[in-house]
Amino acid sequence: MGHNELPLFYVFHFYFFGIVAIVSAVAFVTRKSPVAAALWLVTTMFSLAALYVLLDAHFIGAMQVLVYAGAIMVVFLFVIMLLNLGHASELADGRGMWWKLAAGAVGLALLAQVFALTRARLPEALMLPENALADQVARTGAIAPLAGPLFHEYLLAFEVTSVLLLAAVVGAVVLGKRKEREHAR
Amino acid sequence: MLAESLFFSAVLFTIGVVGVLTRRNAIIIFMCVELMLNAVNLTFVAFAQVYGAAGQVFVFFVMTVAAAEAAVGLAIIIALFRHRQTVNLSNINLLKG
Repeated sequence: MGHNELPLFYVFHFYFFGIVAIVSAVAFVTRKSPVAAALWLVTTMFSLAALYVLLDAHFIGAMQVLVYAGAIMVVFLFVIMLLNLGHASELADGRGMWWKLAAGAVGLALLAQVFALTRARLPEALMLPENALADQVARTGAIAPLAGPLFHEYLLAFEVTSVLLLAAVVGAVVLGKRKEREHAR
Repeated sequence: MLAESLFFSAVLFTIGVVGVLTRRNAIIIFMCVELMLNAVNLTFVAFAQVYGAAGQVFVFFVMTVAAAEAAVGLAIIIALFRHRQTVNLSNINLLKG
């Protein structure tokens, strides 16, 4: 994908939302308070939704806002509120200095490895013609390019997903249920 | 914008890994795992633009797994908190030799 034909408007917003995502992710891992961390993570997720829209994945962007920022993060905030995780012993978080330095070194090594991976040559024979996905979205709407593979090639995986969700619901109910012994206390 | 997306994705994934290694609060570690899943989703969406929309189907599945994981994981954290009155992993060391 050459950059010259992309409008400046597009490129500016792509970098803007990418940098917002990274800055708020850094703020997320450095905040002491779990509530502040969760809200920074919501910012990261909204920026990622914007990046998805810029990458011609409009439906995934909407799902990101609805499912991640809207449902999963609300559950996280709800649990933080329920457990009342604001008091001092919980805020004394984090490890010692040596551990943090070791974690930073591991992070740098991982970053170097992932960058080496992104330099890999991509199989050009499989690449679609330029702007193929954007043209398809303009022609058939944002959902049809996703719905085609989902309900043909990946139909079995889609159906198995329902079993996964059922197992998760049953597991959450079993774990969340109070034992009779605890009622007696 | 494939190269830029891969760059952002790599940085976000590394931030998630460093967060898991440095924090001791179970809920924040759990949110770091969600951040890593999001970073991989960005890679999927970026490649879907170049190699076809089937990559977006996998983002869909990753989101489903993340939702299931959040439901079960947070239920485990609540059960743990009921037992130990803490979510700080330094105090939860029953399996440590």
